[in-house]
Amino acid sequence: MKRSLVLAAAVILLTGCSGGGGGGEAAPQQSSGGAPAKVTLEWWHLSTAEPLKSLWAQRAKEFEAKNPHVTIKATVLENEAYKAKLTTITQSGKAPDVFASWGGGVLKQQIDAGLVKDISADVADVLPNFTPAALSAYQLDGKTYGLPTDIGMVGFWYNKKLFEKAGITEAPATWSAFLEDVKKLKAAGVTPIALAGKEKWPGHYYWAYLAMRIAGLDALKQAASDHDFTKPDFVAAGQQVKALADLQPFQKGFLGAAYSTPDGQSATVSNGKAAMELMGQWAPSVQADSGKGLGDDLGFFAFPSVEGGKGSAGDAFGGGGGLTVGTDAPKEAVDFVKFMTEMGNHSKAVEAGGVLPVLKGEESAVKDPNLKQVATMLASASGYQLYLDQAYPPAVGQQVNDSVAELIAGTKTPEEVGADISEVAKSEG
Amino acid sequence: MTTLTRGPEAVKLPAPAPAARRRGRWVSIVLFLLPALVLFLMLVVAPMLVAIYSSVFKWNGFGGLPTDFIGLDNFTRLFTSEIFAQDLWHLAVLVLLSIFVQLPFSLAIAMLLNQRIRGRALYRVLFFAPYVLSEVITGVLFSLILSPGSGMANQLLSVFGWESEWLADPNTVMPSLFLVMTWKYFGFHMMIYLAGRQNIPNELIEAAQIDGATGWKTFRHVTLPLLGPTIRISVFLSVIYTIQLFDLVWILTGGGPSHSSETMAVTMMDWGFKRSQVGYASAISVVMFGLSLVFALLYQRFVMRRDLEGATTSAGGRP
Repeated sequence: MKRSLVLAAAVILLTGCSGGGGGGEAAPQQSSGGAPAKVTLEWWHLSTAEPLKSLWAQRAKEFEAKNPHVTIKATVLENEAYKAKLTTITQSGKAPDVFASWGGGVLKQQIDAGLVKDISADVADVLPNFTPAALSAYQLDGKTYGLPTDIGMVGFWYNKKLFEKAGITEAPATWSAFLEDVKKLKAAGVTPIALAGKEKWPGHYYWAYLAMRIAGLDALKQAASDHDFTKPDFVAAGQQVKALADLQPFQKGFLGAAYSTPDGQSATVSNGKAAMELMGQWAPSVQADSGKGLGDDLGFFAFPSVEGGKGSAGDAFGGGGGLTVGTDAPKEAVDFVKFMTEMGNHSKAVEAGGVLPVLKGEESAVKDPNLKQVATMLASASGYQLYLDQAYPPAVGQQVNDSVAELIAGTKTPEEVGADISEVAKSEG
Repeated sequence: MTTLTRGPEAVKLPAPAPAARRRGRWVSIVLFLLPALVLFLMLVVAPMLVAIYSSVFKWNGFGGLPTDFIGLDNFTRLFTSEIFAQDLWHLAVLVLLSIFVQLPFSLAIAMLLNQRIRGRALYRVLFFAPYVLSEVITGVLFSLILSPGSGMANQLLSVFGWESEWLADPNTVMPSLFLVMTWKYFGFHMMIYLAGRQNIPNELIEAAQIDGATGWKTFRHVTLPLLGPTIRISVFLSVIYTIQLFDLVWILTGGGPSHSSETMAVTMMDWGFKRSQVGYASAISVVMFGLSLVFALLYQRFVMRRDLEGATTSAGGRP
């Protein structure tokens, strides 16, 4: 008991005595007349993997060289650790000067808590350089709260050899063709899909895409405000997830599988033990890390359209990354964010295959053919939906993940799933 | 629990001191206690009070203290929640399994290792070793061993043509979890029983044997009753541990598949830290606290009363 209580209470205690840590130790902005006063920028991000890790560090050095009075103190954390640390520090009421954000509902909560700076005026001059899809996650109510560094989309990454083995000659364009292909793969003795059931978020991609295709982007947006996920279109999306799960397309023991562990979703595809996975633009690099890698056998196709659905087949689902600025940060923080997203600086990261283009005309810098395909689809996307676990408030997003996991495990019906999500959405209301 | 360790009052004071000296002693006692007391108040009592306070608010944990008072709504929501009902059910299952499987098993091993057998010191160390490992390491270790695809467990069992999905199947996840818990904790209970057994004077056992008691009868009528206090303590520790069970579940399954291995602490973590509903999570922690407290008080009052009053473990108690 004691430990768990302390766990919960530690955070609360932090809140109680807010004041410590995080914020910029910005000295008075300008010492009278002479050189600008020394400034230390706290910068938090989560690019722990190469090539980004060293690329970002190089850019920070360059920024320091150009602005001798600025020192950048970077804190680099792995994904889950980053989320946890950011939650505690923001609950204490002090955000770092510059920090990585996925935008959406989590960002909105931070804005509502007064932790994030409105930088609309400071970045007005550079806004037209960005692609609208990349920028959309950082703009709320017409104000800009950050600049994007990465954008991507979720789609099917598949093993061309295994598709061939099952006699599938082209990527499925419709959902029913997709279900047929799953049956063909099974008949050929191939596990059609790898899924990380333990982590839940990879499963929510299926429901989210189906909801986008069947109900449309506007319906998802509306549900955020009317808290109603029981509408027939959402239930239909759930029924299609169930139809897929009923074919038992996933690898053995998928309910306990993680994403990037040695026997997880990524490794299963990477080692040729399953034909495909529904995953974001980082899938190839994680596959190369977690298993043998598929090399030229790896292909990409967009989520198929659903017959009779209201959504456009060109709508993309995904997210990216960006940098936001803490409320009390010195003005150099904004300069730094602008510096990081300048064409010449950012395109180096694109060239290295670390991120995808966020600036107009940057597509030519993408080298990898699969990523090029992703970038092209994104550039021509008819609409864009941010990950639901980021777009909605955390409680709702997590409930979507949870409910879809229950749907796939067969413990809940599509109707119950709609009701469960609505209930949590109302509790946030 | 605290009543088990007797404080300074058990120390026999020397002949009554003059009033001034006695006051001086009190001042120094308070002074010496102060740092510990301040830490205790700050790190244990204050967070508890804040958790109780925030459990009656709707609060996402951001900025300042909560303001949106909703009375007992968090608790109503909790008691009608299907997941919380499941948590309680899992608690009951694990407690019963612990008491009727894990502890008897530990007792059997302890009795075995009390015999004169070759290398028993080595066995004792080996069986105790898992308890020394951190829960996180245990969790990672067993996620690898129990992995359905490539895990060691299935590779070994496949020799006999048998395999299981272990943690990945809602039907087998609880037994698998219990298996890991037992692996980790039976050594600890074994150690307690061994210590308890060695406190039993050998004369009693010998007397029983002279009276013609067989091995089982000696155990049933002499060893077991005299181990009573030790067993009651180990049941107590086991139940309290199970109420708070978190680390192992979090690493092994995260509460899944679809909540089939979730415990109260996991639910609390989920709502407090992943979903930012700190008020609701605080309500869960308050219920956990209440449950532990009620159990501890009742258990001490009715089950452990004799032990605490004197009989066997009264080393520091008053006459």
